[in-house]
Amino acid sequence: MKKSFIRIQSIIFCIALFLMLGATQSPVCAEESKDVILSTTTSTVDSGLLDDLIPVFEKKTGYRVKTISVGTGQALAMGEKGEADVLLVHAPAAEKKLVDASVVINYQLVMHNDFIIVGPASDPAKIKGKTALDAFKAIDAASAVFISRGDDSGTHKKEQSLWKDANVTPTGKPWYHESGQGMGATVLMASEKVGYTLTDRATYLAQKANLKLDILSEGDKPLLNIYHVMQVNPEKFSKVNAAGAKAFVEFMIAPDTQKMIGEFGKAKYGASLFFPDAVK
Amino acid sequence: MNIFTEGLQSAFQMLRSLDPDVLSITWRTIHVSTVATFISILIGIPIGTILALTRFRGRGVLVSLINFGMGLPPVVVGLATWLMLTRYGPLGMFNLLYTPTAIIMAQAVIASPIVAGFSLAAIQSLNPKMLLQIQALGTTRFQYLMLLLWEARLGILSAVIAGFGGVISEVGASMMVGGNIRGYTRVLTTATVLEVSKGKFELATALSIILLALTFVIVSLLSFLQQRKSAFR
Repeated sequence: MKKSFIRIQSIIFCIALFLMLGATQSPVCAEESKDVILSTTTSTVDSGLLDDLIPVFEKKTGYRVKTISVGTGQALAMGEKGEADVLLVHAPAAEKKLVDASVVINYQLVMHNDFIIVGPASDPAKIKGKTALDAFKAIDAASAVFISRGDDSGTHKKEQSLWKDANVTPTGKPWYHESGQGMGATVLMASEKVGYTLTDRATYLAQKANLKLDILSEGDKPLLNIYHVMQVNPEKFSKVNAAGAKAFVEFMIAPDTQKMIGEFGKAKYGASLFFPDAVK
Repeated sequence: MNIFTEGLQSAFQMLRSLDPDVLSITWRTIHVSTVATFISILIGIPIGTILALTRFRGRGVLVSLINFGMGLPPVVVGLATWLMLTRYGPLGMFNLLYTPTAIIMAQAVIASPIVAGFSLAAIQSLNPKMLLQIQALGTTRFQYLMLLLWEARLGILSAVIAGFGGVISEVGASMMVGGNIRGYTRVLTTATVLEVSKGKFELATALSIILLALTFVIVSLLSFLQQRKSAFR
């Protein structure tokens, strides 16, 4: 009895393994060097920018980009572990640590847009037109609802540094909510809860039709949102796709791509969502 | 409310116009979930059968483990699979992370205990007198097993339906190990999550409706199979 069971089981196991490998359309090992894992922030995906750029890159170079959209914190952590080949993120202070530790190389400025503080038109904390720091202080003073990303993303890091500069500790206060989700989901939550939030302009414009939120504070210097692209150091991690990552970095800073970035969203939203910075 | 009706409309529109993106996502969902269910059948039914027919020390613990596994949270399975498959993880050399195969693996892990648990219950609830009768007919071991599974087919098909329902509705593991890559590992559930975070509710609703319809069709087929066979009794 036992023996025949073992035999049947081993046959079944082989069939299963065969099915699993055979069923996948692409062979698992052969294409390994063709895949580039891009770890990036939710804003570049949720705004639709990468949906425009990636197909162009794939067509030009023949690489296949696997875009993993996470918060900048996780994107950087994936770089630190060598689990991604190339990073496109927006937290310069945190990025600098990786550059200094030479975890990443070929560190290039790509583009910027800006963060804005959005909130309900009724503006209960009266922050309209205030600088970022004053706005945050006013939100605290009025105990107005504020939705934070709370996910260690680039936007969250920026928000935390603003609270710190405003000398406010919001964590644990009843009006401070951490969504733990991407930017798109977070602005929606702010809209539904009639609260304030810090967002990048691109996500806000892309989502605007669904939101009952106005831009209340903008244009302040600390609100600049800068994106860098960088490749994970192949000398530290033997398994990264160095050639593919290098091609992607070069693609992002190439004049044609930079022009596409500048044009992106103009037709749909009447304004650029990102401003190219690599070509001066 | 109008989001829902608009969603319905755009769902039909997308299906009628055979939107290539949506079609490929739908096809991928069918493919991944059926292969995962099939693997879980190959793993789950033998385990369920063995546990139902044998008595040995530690069997009780195994049965509890299977029953515990029926409630495995997909995100936990996703995380475990992710950790196994990362480049520098134990199975990193196969380069499986962020591939459809990775999703299939995670989903098979989710569904196997469900199939095993249901099969175990189905076979154990067969009348023991009937089992003796079958043996008395002088069947070979293989014939005995086949007859057994045939008699338990109602419960076994329920096991398959439950396993399939577990994987097609699952989003956490697919997101984590598949990465929701456009045109490669994006399935209906992860696409829905993405479209919601983009604020495209009509598209998200349309995808949900397609997912529901798809699940309904497949489960109906299985139910039909189940009920038709039982009518012959």
